[in-house]
Amino acid sequence: MSWFSNFLTSSIGRKVVMSLTGLFLIIFLVVHLVGNLQLLAGDGGKAFNLYAEFMTTNPLIKTTSYLLYAGILLHAFQGWALWRKNRKARGSKGYAVKVNKVAGTNSFAASNMGWLGTIIFVFIAVHMYQFWLQMKLGATPMATYDGKEVKDLYALVSAAYENIGFVIFYVVSMVVIGYHLVHGFQSAFQTLGINHRKYTPFIQGLGKAYAILIPLGFAVIPIVMYLKG
Amino acid sequence: MKLTLKIWRQKSANAKGKFETYTVEATPHMSFLEMLDVLNEDLISKKEEPVAFEHDCREGICGTCSMVINGEPHGPMQGTTTCQLHMRHFKDGDTIVIEPFRASAFPVIKDLVVTRDSFDRIIQAGGYISINTGQAQDGNAIPIEKETAASAFDAAACIGCGACVAACPNASAMLFVSAKVAHLGRLPQGEVEAKRRAQAMVKQMDDEGFGMCSNITACEAECPKGISVENIAKLNREYLSSALGSETTV
Repeated sequence: MSWFSNFLTSSIGRKVVMSLTGLFLIIFLVVHLVGNLQLLAGDGGKAFNLYAEFMTTNPLIKTTSYLLYAGILLHAFQGWALWRKNRKARGSKGYAVKVNKVAGTNSFAASNMGWLGTIIFVFIAVHMYQFWLQMKLGATPMATYDGKEVKDLYALVSAAYENIGFVIFYVVSMVVIGYHLVHGFQSAFQTLGINHRKYTPFIQGLGKAYAILIPLGFAVIPIVMYLKG
Repeated sequence: MKLTLKIWRQKSANAKGKFETYTVEATPHMSFLEMLDVLNEDLISKKEEPVAFEHDCREGICGTCSMVINGEPHGPMQGTTTCQLHMRHFKDGDTIVIEPFRASAFPVIKDLVVTRDSFDRIIQAGGYISINTGQAQDGNAIPIEKETAASAFDAAACIGCGACVAACPNASAMLFVSAKVAHLGRLPQGEVEAKRRAQAMVKQMDDEGFGMCSNITACEAECPKGISVENIAKLNREYLSSALGSETTV
């Protein structure tokens, strides 16, 4: 094997792949949230629909979106592979009694990243089917702004959020993402070897703030849209 | 003090083990291992098989004693090995569950004894300095910055007991390997082969079937020597720089 594949298949190399794809998804979530907050603009969906039109037609954004899908799949499949390997390393015989002490991480999140990630993957699949696929397959109503006809994604979204079941599903999924992020954010830096007395307190603080604020921002959208009817 | 012990008994590596319950009369002054000695004396006098457990120095520096006491490697006290754990930390009438370390790379060979040969092989792969370091140097003959010496010494405190692996939900050996890499790599004699060492030790660690680090930090919480996960970040740095930046292309 070449030096590069040796690196990528080593335990640390595999973790670096998790870390880099994770950080990429972390950056994506900020962009995604900023875009989605336009759903709350109160203009009947004009700003959001024009933004959606731009995001689906701009070639640079389109290329980035394919990178994003690849990133999600790589992160998920690598994560499952690591989960399986780690279970094998732990062995079939577990402890009769086990205390879960940790040093400065969220013990629940840290030891359940596999489960949390799997729930998030199911969420993404539903989310993509519900909005992305419906939009791509053209089952979307159209809206016309200043003589320009665009797909009315806003109508699709607001129809979905009239269903309390979907609202609950989205909000619960955001809590799961929050837990995944509270460990994942700082863990990504540790894996890259960035653990330093000068920077780590900042990274950990930023990670906690991010893990609360970003999912909260996403969760607010369906709640507000449901209440507005 | 009267104690009930639930101890994992397993005749041999391939035998199916199970928990057996014993009662033992101990005093608060005894160490945990002395309490087990009392139990074994009692078992021998009754012509029963004594409980096999590993021990050597009994002063917390050799890393031989290895057992999980009430769900924690080396028991409930922080920064304490099993041999230095005293019975005064338990109460009369307590039930104590004693199990061997559990990990695929640490198979049980009898009762509470696991084989930690995998750690030896990791050390053989690169946990040494191959240049001749000569006689003991005069103090300060080789200048080493105070902070560097202190951090190397902190890492050198690792006794290789394997509690990190036993505590880790992934049975990862990263804390152990990182302590050795950080300890040897930070000092001038060991720095020379730091890159090769990181590569060789990580490769051996992977081959032994240890899990991958998810930065859970259970290792640091249970380490009897308080080795910090900062060392794992140092190992990641060393490994990344040697994998991506060294002159060797394999």
